[in-house]
Amino acid sequence: MIRHAKAGILFRHGLRRVSFLICLGIGGALFSATLIRFAPGYGVQERELDPRWSAKSVEALRQEQVLHEGLASFYFHYLSALAHGDLGESESLKRPVRELLAQRFPLTGSAIVRGLGVAWLAATLLASLGLASRGWFYEASGTAVSSLLLSLPSAVIAMLAVHLRAPTFCAISVVVFPRLHRYMRSLLLRSYDQPHVLAARARGLGGVSIFWRHVLPLATPPLFALLGVSFAIAFGAAIPIEALCDSPGLGQLAWQAALSRDLPLIVNVTLIVCLVMLAANALADLAGRAFAGDTQ
Amino acid sequence: MNPAQKAAAVTLCVIFALMVLATILVPAPYARQFRDIPNAGPSRAHPLGTDALGRDSLSRLLYGTRVSLLLAPAAALLSTLIAAVLGSAAGFLGGSFERIVLAATDISLALPWLFLLLTVRAMLPLDIPPMASVIIAFLMMGLLGWQASVRVICAAARGVRDSDFLLLARSSGCKPIRLLVCHVAPNLRPLFYAQFWISIPLFILTEANLSILGLGVMEPMPSWGNLLRGFEDFSAVAANPWMLVPLILLVIVVMCFQLVLPSPEVIQ
Repeated sequence: MIRHAKAGILFRHGLRRVSFLICLGIGGALFSATLIRFAPGYGVQERELDPRWSAKSVEALRQEQVLHEGLASFYFHYLSALAHGDLGESESLKRPVRELLAQRFPLTGSAIVRGLGVAWLAATLLASLGLASRGWFYEASGTAVSSLLLSLPSAVIAMLAVHLRAPTFCAISVVVFPRLHRYMRSLLLRSYDQPHVLAARARGLGGVSIFWRHVLPLATPPLFALLGVSFAIAFGAAIPIEALCDSPGLGQLAWQAALSRDLPLIVNVTLIVCLVMLAANALADLAGRAFAGDTQ
Repeated sequence: MNPAQKAAAVTLCVIFALMVLATILVPAPYARQFRDIPNAGPSRAHPLGTDALGRDSLSRLLYGTRVSLLLAPAAALLSTLIAAVLGSAAGFLGGSFERIVLAATDISLALPWLFLLLTVRAMLPLDIPPMASVIIAFLMMGLLGWQASVRVICAAARGVRDSDFLLLARSSGCKPIRLLVCHVAPNLRPLFYAQFWISIPLFILTEANLSILGLGVMEPMPSWGNLLRGFEDFSAVAANPWMLVPLILLVIVVMCFQLVLPSPEVIQ
């Protein structure tokens, strides 16, 4: 009965999250449309700047543009196109944004998943080792390495990766690792210092058993939240890393779009990334809640 | 302050002093080109050598330090001010205003920071004077970098809202604005300081990333990000190790800011 009630609460929470995502998607799309519509240079064709075209022809060209459309009509066309999966056309690459996203997203997704996998593995291992040893040397060296990596711009890490011919995911993991390690270490230490863990230790329970039975269950829900956040960190790091490592992913696409002021492309890429991030955060939140519900 | 924090504070003071005295210390203006000695090694006239265009590297480093170290705190101040106003008001007023502010914060936090900056930067013209690029880069960071601080400040303001002294002030007939300005904000001041300090290294690193990508401070204006662009050719760095100085300085400053940061106990 209680299990059913908990499942019901989780389902309602999930439903709320999904409806929030849908509302946000619509709001984000409208906002994106506004940015594109009111950006300087909207509706201006390169041909208009060509002095060989007469004033009359330029005026005729302008008439062809959607610029003269009313705002409501513009929004309607934008949203209806979006509903049909049409995200517009990239001004710089002269290709549909949807096609570009379909081509680039898997590459970035794969690099991010692999990078996060390596970073999580390394951070978990080192934080657990630190918990086991709790010596000053480990603490000092761990803090020094984390601080050093945190002080390096991700673009410098990307340039190092280029120099060392390391794959993109390695650079992503180096950017994400110190943030994960720092948070995970303090979280595990806090869980380890709880009174019930102290009592278990006093009763002579083994270190591994304490870790799996008492420390990890306590730390897992915040770790799920950290998983959601780490996706955002990895996506952010993907821009300089892909741009400098010449990896044709979403980050490089966003950078190229920003450099060429390709607004339909950058705005739609950002909208999609935002929705993916929110979905990842919602999933992480639900997983954390489900786990916390099971352990309580 | 522990010894490490003291050392970090002293280091920061020395670097700030060098930055302030840049005009006196530099051997040449940062944009002046010694065309006969490009890529020169360290010498008495040019202690850190010259770059590919023959510009004095020490001058560019000191002026770049000035740009990064003056404007990152300015951007941090702006973002902390926005976060302080929004966070305190949301936490103090509660209700739908708090929900709206927190929802907006969650959405902004979900979006990777660099994606947001790139989108906003793409809205603005790229062909701008160097000084305008400096102002745009740091203004953008200041105006868009408040989200994480708002969450923290809002949570703390919520705690103050339910405190006894605020109930007493409210029962004495204090107006909400006065309560917010005279009672809530002073209690959150340590948190504002902490958020300000936390934001500075973040903005320094963001400026470096943006400038390396060609979307931050424009040439010939130097900044740490611009100076780090030379790292794209690592073989040149290996041959001229003094090219590492800007990176070393950046790492030292960011680490010092991380060390100087007050501990959570102090903030409480």
